[in-house]
Amino acid sequence: MLSVNLHHTFPNLTIEARFSVPTQPAGITALFGRSGAGKTSIINAVAGLLKPDLGEISLNDTVLTNSATDEHLPPSRRQIGYIFQEPRLFPHLSVQRNLKYGIGLGERQPSPFKFQAIVELLGLQSLLRRPPENLSGGEKQRVAIGRAILSNPTLILADEPLAALDEARRSELLPYFEQLRDELNIPMLYVSHSVAEVARLASDILVIEDGKITQQGSTVEVFNSPRTLSAMPKEFGALLDTVVVAHDETGLTKLDASGEELYVPKVERAIGASLRVRIPAQDVVIALSEPKDISALNVLSGKIRSLEEQGDGTVAVAISTRAGDVLAKVTQKSVQSLGLCPGISCFAITKTVAITQT
Amino acid sequence: MTQTPPWQSIFFCRWNPERMELFTQPQVDAVILSLQVALTATVLSLPFGVATAFVLARWDFPGKQLLNVLVHLPLVMPPVVTGYLLLLTFGTQGVLGQWLQSIGIMLAFKWTGAALAAAVMAFPLMVRAIRLSMEAVDMRLEQAAATLGANRIQVFFSITLPLSLPGIIAGGILAFAKAIGEFGATITFVANIPGETQTIPSAIYSFLQIPGGESAAQLLVIAAVAISIAALFASEILARRSTGAETGG
Repeated sequence: MLSVNLHHTFPNLTIEARFSVPTQPAGITALFGRSGAGKTSIINAVAGLLKPDLGEISLNDTVLTNSATDEHLPPSRRQIGYIFQEPRLFPHLSVQRNLKYGIGLGERQPSPFKFQAIVELLGLQSLLRRPPENLSGGEKQRVAIGRAILSNPTLILADEPLAALDEARRSELLPYFEQLRDELNIPMLYVSHSVAEVARLASDILVIEDGKITQQGSTVEVFNSPRTLSAMPKEFGALLDTVVVAHDETGLTKLDASGEELYVPKVERAIGASLRVRIPAQDVVIALSEPKDISALNVLSGKIRSLEEQGDGTVAVAISTRAGDVLAKVTQKSVQSLGLCPGISCFAITKTVAITQT
Repeated sequence: MTQTPPWQSIFFCRWNPERMELFTQPQVDAVILSLQVALTATVLSLPFGVATAFVLARWDFPGKQLLNVLVHLPLVMPPVVTGYLLLLTFGTQGVLGQWLQSIGIMLAFKWTGAALAAAVMAFPLMVRAIRLSMEAVDMRLEQAAATLGANRIQVFFSITLPLSLPGIIAGGILAFAKAIGEFGATITFVANIPGETQTIPSAIYSFLQIPGGESAAQLLVIAAVAISIAALFASEILARRSTGAETGG
């Protein structure tokens, strides 16, 4: 269990964060919020790179920071791995020596992972003898991930590790994080402002706004809550867990979401595979009667569960459907003219192309 | 070291037998002594230079500016003043001088004193070069090393030091060149004793004081130029080896 309770004042931001993250079973917990919300500062405090004004941080049974007793364990003794946004490889060492840098340093236990196994997991075999300078961005980040793992951390912090990469590199690296999550049993606190990354990787989410943790819960719970919407980027929306049913000849994939049909642009998944999709709230239209003669293929019937005003003239509407909760972002004007309120039946309509796989 | 080492005459006979009559003993002495003084000054002050540069580049503490000023003082003070202050401190009547004498180290009017004067005069240049290269080392790399389990000392020796090596070499060469050329503080502190404290600049000065000494001075000028060029080449080669030697393997 990582427990954090800290207070730190920057000239333009005050961080007041209190949360705890279970370390068993190991999973990825996302620290999710806009840039400038204080995400990096919080994990820097956990890593020991930032000394908070006030607070206590402990990991399992070890006190890392306690401002009351002026305890502040140096980063080298925290046994916490850190994957930075930029790879930070040591330019004067080969890839192999970078990877081995943290093995057996200080008082750390040697890593339970075999060097060779990690090299293979991350596909670094052919890079070992090369200097870091002529690796691609994705390769560098893979080395950085391997280096952190091999230092035998009890917790890994990742600070937007994919943010500096282009889209292609990002989708090349995401599977490595999934493997890490599924195979290595190291808990990870993953900082991100990317809805897609968080939806795909995280099992739990901490939402941070202006230095404060405003929500905490499982990923699906947080994503499907109307409260979350205002703090989120515009592509935010509810997550639905589905199963691939068929690929049709018009280039669409038919999904089954707990008995409801959904059509999405073709996904390269086998029939029967499970797939988590995201329906951006701003792409959902609400109708009170079943729409006919409409181009949108996805129509889910349900009941309005709750409405949450967003403060910018829009309202987040949570609709319970058989497929799960769907979020819609509509204007206040529409709410009034349709008379939307909790309990009434309605239809949530989404274009096929708006739905994204996570 | 009043006696000239036996190898120096062999050196000059073997390599330059036909020019033996050109180089007189005082000239040879001056060249050998200059190299000896400058090398000693550089090698012995380098660890202090690295430590001072690191402290100035990476630490924040009250009095840091004072240390900075102190280190740079020899650069801005008249060398004669520096030499006089050295005489006051390390001379036979000086506090540190007496203490060093009691443990068997004589500085005043000895070649060791010349090395001290050269080291003090070269120190600001050395620290400056090393400090700049240390400040250029990305602190984020040091942070990364710390999160991998390296304590401060390990971070220094595995990251900061190797990455600033080109600057350390440059600082060393710069200090060596400055030490070869040091005149004012040296002549004030340890005088101009042939075979003991008469370095190349002091010897050139002496030769220029006597009628007809000009040609002898010119030879020393050539020697000084040759040493400077050799030092520059050495620094190039060392710098090139230091980058690239660590990677691969």
